[in-house]
Amino acid sequence: MDADQDRPLTGGDAPPIIRIRGVTRRFGGTTALDGVDLDIGRGEFFCLLGASGSGKTTLLRAIAGLETLDSGTITVDGDDMTGWPAYRRPVNMMFQSYALFPHLSVEKNVAFGLQEERRPRGEIRERVQETLDLLEMGALGARKPHQLSGGQRQRVALARALVKRPKILLLDEPLAALDKKLRERAQAELVSLRERIGITFVVVTHDQEEAIGMASRIALMRDGKLVQVGQPRDLYDAPSSRYVADFFGAANLFAGTVAGVTGGIATVDSGEAGADLRALCDGQSAGAAVTVMVRPEHIRLARARPAHANAMTARVGALSFLGSFYACELTLPTGKSVRARLSPLEFEAAGRPAQGDESHVWWEPAAARMLSQ
Amino acid sequence: MNGGTGAARKIVLGFPLGWMLLFTLLPALVVLAISFTEKRLGAPPFTPLLVPGEGLLPDLNASGDNYALIFSDSLYIQAFAGSIRIAAVSALITLLIAYPMAYALARVRTGLRTPLLVLVVLPFWTSFLIRVYAWSSLLNSNGVINTLLLDTGLIAEPLPLLNTEFAVHLGIVYSYLPFMVLPIYAVLERLDWTLLDAASDLGAKPARAFFRVTLPLSMPGIVAGLLLVFIPALGEFIIPDLLGGSDTLMVGPVLWNEFFGNNDWPLAAALAMLLLVAVLVPAALVYRLARRAEVAT
Repeated sequence: MDADQDRPLTGGDAPPIIRIRGVTRRFGGTTALDGVDLDIGRGEFFCLLGASGSGKTTLLRAIAGLETLDSGTITVDGDDMTGWPAYRRPVNMMFQSYALFPHLSVEKNVAFGLQEERRPRGEIRERVQETLDLLEMGALGARKPHQLSGGQRQRVALARALVKRPKILLLDEPLAALDKKLRERAQAELVSLRERIGITFVVVTHDQEEAIGMASRIALMRDGKLVQVGQPRDLYDAPSSRYVADFFGAANLFAGTVAGVTGGIATVDSGEAGADLRALCDGQSAGAAVTVMVRPEHIRLARARPAHANAMTARVGALSFLGSFYACELTLPTGKSVRARLSPLEFEAAGRPAQGDESHVWWEPAAARMLSQ
Repeated sequence: MNGGTGAARKIVLGFPLGWMLLFTLLPALVVLAISFTEKRLGAPPFTPLLVPGEGLLPDLNASGDNYALIFSDSLYIQAFAGSIRIAAVSALITLLIAYPMAYALARVRTGLRTPLLVLVVLPFWTSFLIRVYAWSSLLNSNGVINTLLLDTGLIAEPLPLLNTEFAVHLGIVYSYLPFMVLPIYAVLERLDWTLLDAASDLGAKPARAFFRVTLPLSMPGIVAGLLLVFIPALGEFIIPDLLGGSDTLMVGPVLWNEFFGNNDWPLAAALAMLLLVAVLVPAALVYRLARRAEVAT
């Protein structure tokens, strides 16, 4: 997660390259985008993340000019895009299905956009070759899309958008159509490609791991609204709500009421946990209804009851070895189930628990977060 | 593959093959044979192609006179030229009318599609002959159209609509429109409309996107539609007979007249064979052009 620090962020005082204000889009009775406000910085690798139907693709298409807005404005590099048709906007899109022209060769697909700009023939040939070479597709220019593998098609789609030298590249689920192995490589390539060419990437994905792995910042969307915007680490460590905590990886959530706060650590009376929980306080005061979130990797197991805060007895349920870690399902006396993720070392230290054993769970108060919603 | 399915396979493949041999190739060969005989009085009204010879094998009594006559008489040449011109022009007019219809059918919301498609094929529920005949009464000098125009004072004299080449074009376009609409619709219905989003995103205005993406991708439907209209229009008999005038020369009526009027089966057979060639040549040409376009682009 230290790699986060190297990724470009929206640069302090520099004006954002995309400024989205009050953007609303309705389809019949459903509201696909509901008053979205968002700034995306120059050179960012920005992820729009959300479940299907959250409005993320509609927002991407709105930036591209492929959706008309019911209200709100989108500004790209200082120009208000309202009334600009897609064919005039300085942005290009890579479609989820790639949308390669099946009747045109790879070269002609890539040349399409430059021909529309009425560039001289020589320049078109040069830039097409240059872009295909950049994506290691230089030798396949004469092929038709149906003669390419999925990974090669993805590169052609990228080349076709990049050759226009857009200010912003929009990518709709760029990795969804690739198989798992290829996906991991393509993900790393997208990140390094953005670094080499330096333009802003806006990527739509439904996969939180993909978003964490690529993005400088993430906007999590739900029902046409932004739920939380921030760096991957912010969303993972400090989710603003139960929804975000749940969406970003596994989370153990305990509802409760703040009993008191001392030294930045709150004591939460949680019926679900059947105990008083200690968690890092985020400004909540006594009496507030909160949710305590603990990530599975922060749950510790001990054979004997430890003399720590947040210690509870628990019965070991399903246990599976997943290579680099053990996934363990435990049940508290209240019936609440707790998910833990143990490294093989922790697993040994906990005395190799087996299904049905009585064990003890605990976690550091600093590893527990309090969510107000 | 075992014997049982092998036999089943032979039957399945053999049936259409046998059908084509029996009802398409064999009759065509009979017509070809008759085209090399000579007219005579009697039954059948043509000389036998094979006559008993000196040896065991019969002698061939073939004559190319019918073909020679056709190529030497300008009437026949003009009839062929007229057929080709009228069929080609009608096919193109049909395309211009059918393409927007097919496009609208493919883009309209799904609930409306089936009723609209039914409307396209609805005319087929009435006999072809009756529909063409209906046009002749519509176009008549005291038909509905002329009467309406006269009554509203738009014209003083009835327009000569019937028995003109215009009426023939109208009849062909009207009669064969569904044959153009349906294959184009079939192609457009399967078209991935995201491709047009992509074209727009890459800087193509709607008209450019149409000519660079939609039109090339609808070529298979356009070619099929052109052939489906051109081929039957070329040999069309009813439409020129009912709607055409004395100056509308087409092969169909000429052939009909040789066969039934002059009882000249051999000459009619030779005309029929040439008509077949006239159909096959453009069909093969269009097919090859379409294939080449597919390879080249």
